[in-house]
Amino acid sequence: MSTLVLDAVSRWFGNVVAVNDVTMTIGPGVTGLLGPNGAGKSTLIHMMAGFLPPSSGTVTLDGDVLWRNEQVYRRIGLVPEREAMYDAMTGWQFVLANARLHRLTDPEAAARRAVDTVQMAQAESRDVGTYSKGMKQRIKMATALVHDPPVLLLDEPFNGMDPRQRLQLMDLLREMGQQGRTVLFSSHILEEVEQIATDVQVVVSGRHAASGDFRQIRQLMTERPHQYTVRSDDDRALAAAVMADGSVTGVELVATTAVGSRQGGRALHVEATDRASFVRLLPQVAQRHGIRLFEVTPADESLESVFSYLVAR
Amino acid sequence: MSPVDATVARLTAGSLLGRRRALLLLALPAVLLVLAGVARALSGQDAELSAFLLSSFALGTVVPLLGLLAGTGAIGPEIDDGSIVYLLSKPLSRSVMVVTKLLVAVAVVLVLGALPTLVAGLLLAGTSDGLAVGFAVGAAAAGTGYCALFLLLAVVTRNAVVVGLMYALIWESLVGQLVPGAQALSIRQWALVLTERIVGGRAEALGADSAVGSIGLVLLVAVVVGATWYAGRRLRTLRLTSDA
Repeated sequence: MSTLVLDAVSRWFGNVVAVNDVTMTIGPGVTGLLGPNGAGKSTLIHMMAGFLPPSSGTVTLDGDVLWRNEQVYRRIGLVPEREAMYDAMTGWQFVLANARLHRLTDPEAAARRAVDTVQMAQAESRDVGTYSKGMKQRIKMATALVHDPPVLLLDEPFNGMDPRQRLQLMDLLREMGQQGRTVLFSSHILEEVEQIATDVQVVVSGRHAASGDFRQIRQLMTERPHQYTVRSDDDRALAAAVMADGSVTGVELVATTAVGSRQGGRALHVEATDRASFVRLLPQVAQRHGIRLFEVTPADESLESVFSYLVAR
Repeated sequence: MSPVDATVARLTAGSLLGRRRALLLLALPAVLLVLAGVARALSGQDAELSAFLLSSFALGTVVPLLGLLAGTGAIGPEIDDGSIVYLLSKPLSRSVMVVTKLLVAVAVVLVLGALPTLVAGLLLAGTSDGLAVGFAVGAAAAGTGYCALFLLLAVVTRNAVVVGLMYALIWESLVGQLVPGAQALSIRQWALVLTERIVGGRAEALGADSAVGSIGLVLLVAVVVGATWYAGRRLRTLRLTSDA
């Protein structure tokens, strides 16, 4: 059982702050490091893997500082995001080479076990360069598992995988977590994290935005106000009617010369706290008042806006 | 712990001699041997011409270029494409990695640089004046120096090949021949100290002499040891970036 601890960690590159005062503890089980692209996830993983020193703060594994400490790699398995491997070798040779680099006492047996774990035995004699993206991901995983490490770090492991490969990897990660390993993977996709992570750490713009189990995070996300753009034949009347309902917290009449609407004119910006009841309410209200709805668009459903809501909170 | 690692050596040799690069590496000694054969056929056994060819082409061109390709190639491509992460994520001393990679690069330069220089020397001058052996030993010494220097360069900068070319072509060939002071800082001149000693009395007359004294050998050893030590240090703090 191993625990990674980040204590007041910041990392900047010149004037750019990539990670800003992050404190988190990652213990056994599967942790999802969630955040939009460019949030600093890779920088965090690089620091956790000992490939980058924090500009301030400390990153430790069971109390040992990671930077400039190659002995920690006995306890860490890393699955890098980049694809590059030694392409002119077969998958088997590559995993075996990794086992040998660890100076394991029985590298063949270790490589055999790792290749079997990721179910790559049938393709192990092909050159790594000929592998599909999913196969590369699995062989990378095998190299990370070859020394049976208590900690597994994966940088965007689901990128470019097809749904079947994705499910396989999810099963594998879940299994690793159940074995008591400390598994951390980064992702910018909510659903991936939701399906396998028992613990979620959200980072946005280099800051630690939220942490906890997924239900808590999900709740934070659904509790935020939802915004809709509504166009109808009588916006003003509709505004008054929806405002009477408790789930709507604000209504604004706006002029739209906006792109995407067929005619210029007006529209309604509605902010609702409870998405489900607003969606039910709107057509009922419209019907009751004889108003025709032309358009209902969620204005603000991108992942980035969900994240930035969490940060601003 | 052993100072070298067999797996690192295998991986390095694999990527160094893989495919196109191997052809490029082979082209240099091939040209040298063809040139030596042609020179011998056209003008017979000519000590002065032999010394000139061995000095300017073998030692002055083939060996620095091989050193550049082998020295940077032993680690540069892995750093560029990020596959170095598979080495760095192992509990293995960074100096062991650098020393191993240097030995592989030096082996390449010995086989493709020093050995062809010996053969070319024998073709050109036979065993007269010790030219063949003298320049082969010089090539081995210079090659080791270039490998160590260029391997360090590859760890320090992504533009190692360009910087290395500038050093080899501009500094050693151009500045080194025109500005006497610059010759004191030239791997080629340092290695020529050995050649001069082996060739002996006629070295100066044949143009197989070095511009520096024994201090050249000290400097050469210092550069090899220093560059290797520093490359290990820099590899330890090599920052891996995810952008590519």
